Amino acid sequence: MNPLTNPTLRPYTVFGIMAALLIFVGTTQSWGVSLTIINMCIISAIMTLGVNIQWGYAGLFNVGIMGFCALGGAAAVLVSSDPVVDAQSAGGTGMALALLSLVGGSCFVYMLHKFWGKRPLRGLITFIAALGVYFLARHFYDPASAAIEAVNPAKTGFLGGLGLPIIFSWLVGGLFAAGAAWLIGKVTLGLRTDYLAIATLGIAEIIVALLKNEEWLTRGAKNVTGLPRPVPFEVDLQQTSWFIDLIARFNADALTALAGDERTALLKTLVMDASGITVKLCYALLFTSVLLILFALAQLALNSPWGRMVRAIRDNETAAGAMGKDVKARHLQIFVIGSAVVGIAGAMMTTLDGQFTPGTYNPLRYTFLIWVMVIVGGSGNNLGSILGGFLVWFIWIEAEPLGNWMMSVVTSGLDPASELRAHLIGSAQYMRLMVMGGVLLLVLRFSPSGILPERSGHK
Amino acid sequence: MPELIDLLNALVLMTNYVILPALTYGSQLALGALGVTLVFAILRFSNFAHGDTMAFGAMATILVTWWFQSMGVSFGPLPTALLALPLGIAVTALFVLGTDKFVYKHYRGIGAKPITIVMVSVGVMFIMNGLVRFIIGPSDQRFADGVRFIFKAREFKEWSGLSEGLALRSSQVITIVIAVALVAALFWFLQKTKTGKAMRAFSDNENLALLSGIDPDKIVRITWILAAILATVAGVLYGLDKSFKPFVYFQLLLPIFAAAIVGGLGKPIGAIAGGFVIAFSEVAITYVYKKFLIYLLPTDMEPDSLVQLLATEYKFAVSFVILVLVLLVKPTGLFKGKVV
Repeated sequence: MNPLTNPTLRPYTVFGIMAALLIFVGTTQSWGVSLTIINMCIISAIMTLGVNIQWGYAGLFNVGIMGFCALGGAAAVLVSSDPVVDAQSAGGTGMALALLSLVGGSCFVYMLHKFWGKRPLRGLITFIAALGVYFLARHFYDPASAAIEAVNPAKTGFLGGLGLPIIFSWLVGGLFAAGAAWLIGKVTLGLRTDYLAIATLGIAEIIVALLKNEEWLTRGAKNVTGLPRPVPFEVDLQQTSWFIDLIARFNADALTALAGDERTALLKTLVMDASGITVKLCYALLFTSVLLILFALAQLALNSPWGRMVRAIRDNETAAGAMGKDVKARHLQIFVIGSAVVGIAGAMMTTLDGQFTPGTYNPLRYTFLIWVMVIVGGSGNNLGSILGGFLVWFIWIEAEPLGNWMMSVVTSGLDPASELRAHLIGSAQYMRLMVMGGVLLLVLRFSPSGILPERSGHK
Repeated sequence: MPELIDLLNALVLMTNYVILPALTYGSQLALGALGVTLVFAILRFSNFAHGDTMAFGAMATILVTWWFQSMGVSFGPLPTALLALPLGIAVTALFVLGTDKFVYKHYRGIGAKPITIVMVSVGVMFIMNGLVRFIIGPSDQRFADGVRFIFKAREFKEWSGLSEGLALRSSQVITIVIAVALVAALFWFLQKTKTGKAMRAFSDNENLALLSGIDPDKIVRITWILAAILATVAGVLYGLDKSFKPFVYFQLLLPIFAAAIVGGLGKPIGAIAGGFVIAFSEVAITYVYKKFLIYLLPTDMEPDSLVQLLATEYKFAVSFVILVLVLLVKPTGLFKGKVV
């Protein structure tokens, strides 16, 4: 049996190769680098899983991944950062009133539109009512946001969060993303597929613009740094006695050979290295458990009657509709679930970074790169999505040093002082965009079902 | 009632900050949306790489411009970029035809679903994006030269005696003139020439067009060349008017698509109308009306807030909301576009 072509063995082989790559980085570069890559790989894999639910199961083309991911990040801030009491007393009431008038007003406009019925001027009346609600909300919002942003702007200047453990934000991030997805899905699903793509592209830009500019909510471009962590800090570990003892025992051979100051110095560096790795390992464990839970749920869903139904809808909407399946409701459901998974991953990423920087969200990295992962891994196959997340993130990270090295080799014949050489070496980082585009096109062309193709339900 | 002088001042203010910028921006959007709509009408997919085609075309033109400038060639009072435009278009057209030959052609052959081709265009977008940043870098490039103003705000004030100034930048005039000329030429081509008629026939009914002996390869080729011309011109005009930054061109994708859909995908006339609808709403909604109202309202009713409906950062929200409203009320757009 060929381990690469046999459908049962193939996943083991490709994941084995992936593991080998990561171990290779661990031994040649350092284990810290390897673990950093692994952590981001896991997060990418979760995002890819979410997108695969939308694209692989149901054929929905979502190009707003960045927006849902950023919503997850905002959830991390809102759940975990400490509440700013002064700001809440300064503008909390105003904000609550603004929110209330917005929600209440929207309900009012909706009811008005509904009950106006066939009477004349329906559109105009609705429009005027909506405008009125907007100005009412603005009336409360403007002074409130100004008051909140005026509270100690150098340090806070925002409402703060709930001060809960940051782990909760993973769930909340999922809920935020699900809510946004429900709104957008309600409007655009059921129209042609490209419209969903364009609408999601727009909503993602708007969400990121909101998070960048609404300083009272997330500090906007001023960023929120120093978020709490679900795992211990390196500095604390370095001063814990059991941790030092453990490291001393692991390295007993090397340590006994030395004495006095040299021994203390060596122990200190060893503890420093080990604390970094331990923290990353803790993250990796947490992330892996989330990944495993989501993977198990996704697999169960895919192989259930529900999973067969959504794939039937994907393959032939008309036929599935004729069989009495509610195509639009299933699409909405899947769009919401998939976006929620992306939101969870977004919150996890902000947790890992320990800071929320709305300015860094850009669609190439957060939307289209995830798409490359889905396509390369194999759309419709959850295991494939995970592999895609790992492999493509690995290439994305390693393409930069590789590109730099390639450029310096290519340009080595040039005069070191020449402008062309400096330009080429400076631009090497953009090679990876081209590499990703190339990978996407090649896979779509020559192996459209990806590395691990979808397996049909019948065994 | 406000006095006549106040009315005139308000009018000048409006022209300077809303009407002229919106006309310029609308022309740029209309050219971009025309490219998207043409590709959609003939090739039947939403081309996500169009924004980056604009960036690529503008980049090619800028490089040629620099080359001309280094040789001391100039276009008198007009920007050198206009002289470089034909070469920029040629390079872009060649590149786009190359992507068709090596990428898109295969998917037409196997009759792929439109959404697959959209995804392929995302791959092309990635490559063009990287290429543009690789060659010219991600930062701002200014390449406008020649005369900057037809008349300045100060000159207008002195001439008219009003307290508000009106500045007419040459890039605004150039944009509008070129856009009108290009659109006229495009419509003449589509309506009067044999190839243009063949393209419209192909768009309306592909099978019937093939039966009547229309060469599909030629139609596709012409479409890509037209798309390249429109994208390059739109990109260069936008760059002359504002500045050239690769990421901004990617972000233009949303208003461009909104314009194309608002007008009705696949309808050239709709793309133009859509471009102006989006541009005027965007500028009018993000404009600060305080000064304008001070001129018009009696002194005791003067507003103390800025009277800005939406902060400028949210201009994407405008095209998005218009897009969603049109999709809800009239999914085929103002001019009954295609729904595949």
